[in-house]
Amino acid sequence: MESINIKSPQNIVYAKPRLMNDTNMHYCPGCGHSVVHKLVAEILDEMGVEEKTIGICPVGCAVFAYRYVDIDWIEAAHGRAPACASALKRLWPDHLIFTYQGDGDLACIGTAETIQTLNRGDSITIIFINNAIYGMTGGQMAPTTLMGMKTSTCPYGRQADLHGFPLKISDIAATLEGTCYVTRQAVNTVGNIRRARKAIRQAFENSMQGRGSSLVEIVSTCSAGWKMTPDQSNQWLADNMLPYYPLGDLKNTVDNK
Amino acid sequence: MAKYRGVIEVDTERCKGCNLCAVACPLHLIELSTRVNHHGYNYAVQPDQTQCNGCSTCGIVCPDGCITVYRAEK
Ligand SMILES: Cc1ncc(C[n+]2csc(CCOP(=O)(O)OP(=O)(O)O)c2C)c(N)n1
Ligand code: SF4
Ligand code: SF4
Ligand code: SF4
Ligand SMILES: [Mg+2]
Repeated sequence: MESINIKSPQNIVYAKPRLMNDTNMHYCPGCGHSVVHKLVAEILDEMGVEEKTIGICPVGCAVFAYRYVDIDWIEAAHGRAPACASALKRLWPDHLIFTYQGDGDLACIGTAETIQTLNRGDSITIIFINNAIYGMTGGQMAPTTLMGMKTSTCPYGRQADLHGFPLKISDIAATLEGTCYVTRQAVNTVGNIRRARKAIRQAFENSMQGRGSSLVEIVSTCSAGWKMTPDQSNQWLADNMLPYYPLGDLKNTVDNK
Repeated sequence: MAKYRGVIEVDTERCKGCNLCAVACPLHLIELSTRVNHHGYNYAVQPDQTQCNGCSTCGIVCPDGCITVYRAEK
């Protein structure tokens, strides 16, 4: 067949990132975590900083991120990744230090570390995967769970009188003096993936230039916890998550071109 | 007439059959095989390799980085 013979290395326009290991990722089919891992691997390669980068893994589904992207990693206790990031950045100010955390990790058990780190203004990046649920432990309610959303610990849906309101961590982060860049992105469509890629790149540049703390929230899916197919999850995200967690920059003090 | 022709190659053992590439392809050129890989997933295939323009949408959306996209001028 004619099209077969264009399969030569010089014609490759898209491939698995060089910094992504061959190890199969343990994530469920279609999980947003995988898409973001791929973006991180691509951007670090593009910036040529793989030898100068240290990532900090959370507790949650991304606990094994260190297996998949070929850079140095540290595993933090649940919620404590930003505190580790502060310490690392102060020890190695010329390094690119970032955390990668879920909403249970960052917005529940680690709320204090998140806010205090962003408020200190250390030049680190926090990548925050908001899937509105505790994915790893079986789909329990998180602080970010939407009103009325059903989870294994609120089977009749989240109610304000019983569970309070969904926490908008990025909105809080944008009010802190220490942050230079706070943005909310998603990876549910090809266009959103492209925008999320630019945002993570911007955050990493900020960290290397010593401009302050950057927070990139990625509104993401958990098809296992939400009990939907990956495609339905991407649609549900657009219909239900984005009205409450709208996309775009919440703060950008950097004049980027 | 499209200026480019393309073709994709799927790492079928890495594929998890999530179907997101099939949903995203603007030309609907991808489907899941009736066969399964050694993990038990129905992997993605591109049955008609003459229509693809190498736009890379499928590669970008594939969460697991299973798709290599080739593109050449016609
Ligand atoms: C100190 C401590 N408390 C509780 C747990 C149990 N635990 C493991 S992962 C997790 C929540 C994960 O949710 P999230 O951070 O949203 O990550 P996701 O899996 O959704 O990506 C919890 C509560 C733990 N491992 N350690
Ligand atoms: S449980 Fe949810 S967050 Fe965890 S890997 Fe599966 S889909 Fe992703
Ligand atoms: S490269 Fe574009 S046209 Fe070809 S299969 Fe992928 S999404 Fe479809
Ligand atoms: S997006 Fe990737 S993992 Fe999902 S079906 Fe397509 S090739 Fe397989
Ligand atoms: Mg979560």
